[in-house]
Amino acid sequence: MTAVLFFFGVILPYIAVLIFIVGIIYRVWKWARSPVPFRIPTTCGQQKTLPWIKANNLENPSNTVGVIGRMALEVLLFRSLLRNTTTELKQGVRKLVYKDSLLLWLGALLFHWSLLIILLRHSKFFLEPVPSFLLLFERWDGILQVSVPSWFPSMFPILFISNIIILLALTYLLLRRVLTSQIRYISLPADYLVVLLILGVVTSGILMKFFFKVDVVGVKTLALGVITFQPSVPADGIGLFFYIHLFLICALIAYFPFSKLMHMPGIFLSPTRNLANTNRISRHVNPWDKPVKVHTYEEWEDEFRDVMKDAGVPLEKEQ
Amino acid sequence: MSDEVAAPEELLEIDYRPPKKGWMEPTVEFKKGTYCYGAPLKHQEYLGLPNPRQWQPPDEDWQLPENWKDIILEGMDELLNKYRSFRLFMDICVRCGACADKCHFFIGSGDPKNMPVLRAELIRSVYRKHFTLPGKLFGKMGGARELTEDVLKEWFYYFYQCTECRRCSVYCPYGIDTCEITMMGRELLNLVGCNIGWIVEPASNCFRTGNHLGVPPHAFKDTLDFAVDEIEELTGIKVEASVNRKGAELLFITPSADYFASPHWYTLMGYMHSADMAKKLNAKMYAEAKRLGVKWILGGECGHMWRVVNQYMDTLNGPADYLEEPVSPITGTKFENSKSTKMVHICEFTADLMYNNKLRLDPSLNDHWRLTFHDSCNTARGMGLIEEPRYIINNVCNNFYEMPENTIKERTFCCGSGAGIGSDENLEMRLRGGLPRANAVKHVQEKHGVNLLTCICAIDRATLPTLLQYWVPGVEVSGLHELVGNALVMKGQKDRTTDMRGTPFEVEES
Repeated sequence: MTAVLFFFGVILPYIAVLIFIVGIIYRVWKWARSPVPFRIPTTCGQQKTLPWIKANNLENPSNTVGVIGRMALEVLLFRSLLRNTTTELKQGVRKLVYKDSLLLWLGALLFHWSLLIILLRHSKFFLEPVPSFLLLFERWDGILQVSVPSWFPSMFPILFISNIIILLALTYLLLRRVLTSQIRYISLPADYLVVLLILGVVTSGILMKFFFKVDVVGVKTLALGVITFQPSVPADGIGLFFYIHLFLICALIAYFPFSKLMHMPGIFLSPTRNLANTNRISRHVNPWDKPVKVHTYEEWEDEFRDVMKDAGVPLEKEQ
Repeated sequence: MSDEVAAPEELLEIDYRPPKKGWMEPTVEFKKGTYCYGAPLKHQEYLGLPNPRQWQPPDEDWQLPENWKDIILEGMDELLNKYRSFRLFMDICVRCGACADKCHFFIGSGDPKNMPVLRAELIRSVYRKHFTLPGKLFGKMGGARELTEDVLKEWFYYFYQCTECRRCSVYCPYGIDTCEITMMGRELLNLVGCNIGWIVEPASNCFRTGNHLGVPPHAFKDTLDFAVDEIEELTGIKVEASVNRKGAELLFITPSADYFASPHWYTLMGYMHSADMAKKLNAKMYAEAKRLGVKWILGGECGHMWRVVNQYMDTLNGPADYLEEPVSPITGTKFENSKSTKMVHICEFTADLMYNNKLRLDPSLNDHWRLTFHDSCNTARGMGLIEEPRYIINNVCNNFYEMPENTIKERTFCCGSGAGIGSDENLEMRLRGGLPRANAVKHVQEKHGVNLLTCICAIDRATLPTLLQYWVPGVEVSGLHELVGNALVMKGQKDRTTDMRGTPFEVEES
């Protein structure tokens, strides 16, 4: 039994993390190895031009500060999704109507932010002593608890806002994929796999917190051991649901480098977003540029000399 | 207009519900009016394109080279190693669907493969099959498809139903740019000789004559002289237009369509299938500037040319160190934003003139127009030239009405005919693609009585008249500088009785 627990508690996480790190580095290296031959930002605002025309440095950056700002908006606030609209063709009046459609933006933003908060909360398992800011952070996340009446079982664990939100957001993202006919049509099995895996991780985590209690001290011992490379599995076990939770996490992070989840590092390399629109100000060099055969002026004039002469167009060579 | 195109009511019966059949099954139906013809043999040969032959897309047998699959896959590998955009955009899409209803072709056709996400998946599925582990291991379950002749035909159909307008990339949370994907797809198709006439022919003409129609130099001179005479007739002023003059201060490059009486079609720099071809054709601009010894270059109203000039030219054929940093000879303004490329957009130039009060303008000369402005995809999303044209418009006319926010500036809708697919045989698809643009025009026509759509792109001027005639009769199309010309009051001019089109001004009763 100990060997099995050691496999699921120690070996598998090591393998998964190794695949995760090596995989991501490999994939990013593959992208980085391909050059960016042309500077092709998608400009979404007024360019820098005549001094009296106000330029939009965030939507159409003309310097590094602008690019950092644009990327920050994209990564932290999902700027582009904020533009989302739905298009509808009103048959009677034969009119296309566009409506702001921010549910996707909201769902995606809430999911990603609550995931980040949950990850940060989990870092307490790997740190001893737990830094005070993490505890404070956890208090904020558990603020809903304040509203729970005092007669509620005091043993009841803290209900985190992030847990509720991530469940709602994931459910929305999944339902949207299943119920919207167009989105269902474009979805691949991998799209469902990812959202179901994350849902599995979240659900197993919540279940073990509320219903299938696990030995939290044991979890911390295991985590600290693994991270300091002195792994040991608590002999009296931690609880089945912990191992289910951990297994799903391992599956998710081992799958990460092979999946569309690579959009996380990928966004930082996107040439339509991370380049400044300084094309006419400074020259961008294409590393694989090579000379091509061109049709020269001389060849052109040779072909059309007579007719040009008749029309009175100045010539380089009269004959 | 072709008689074969259905009435607007019929075209508007669009079903946005996806079909039962999954998208992985290739669709190969070349419906009349929705595809472009193959390139004539003569022009394929002139440009030295691969696998030259006479062919048409509906042909059962595309006469592909025996090893066409290897050619495509090797080409794909090369492009993946040359363009980070391509490799990245193959990998990071999460299929959130934000782009789906942002494409004018999807809105106008309802064909799910015109959703930008699926257009990209057409090629991504092949990428997965041959370049990724999950695709190799799990096949269809892993989102992977084998590259078959039907898949290739499907690529051809849908990569020539994209105008590379980049609207989807504005909405994509990772900035995935379908233009990049379409360009790669077309470049791959070109490797096995699958190209369209409407692109190859103009490219071949550009290479030979410097303009897309193959107009020889004397005919160009004639046209210009004719324009000079016409201006004299209208205004009483003899302007000077010099061609091929050495030692001039500026070289003015304008879309070839501009010197035709009615708006005409233009592809010069729009030939973006292949970076090599773009470089070949674009090289002429700098070479000419150098030969003529000008100080800098002024670029006319053109969309695709400006995407190339703003994002490609300096890289392709620079540095133009034989030119000077552009300074307006009239106002002395330094155009700081073009100090490396040394090419200034005519809207920047004119706006500067107006700001410095160098032009005498009478906006009431445009009072017969109630106009709206169409931002061209390339100047809006590949440059950010948004306020300059509006500043000019506000200086030269009194009745300017914007279309709805969702359809202008960086969110502007394409004319539906750019990137080489504006040919007549493709009319139904162009009308479908142009529906969102036309619909927004219709909105301001009904609300404000708009009767003119102004734009700064030659393709727009060539294709929007057909589009508007079909969807919004009663709205005409003009270039921005036509309005400037109307409003311009020149020293010593005679009393103007007509605008630049020769239309008499209405006499206001007072």
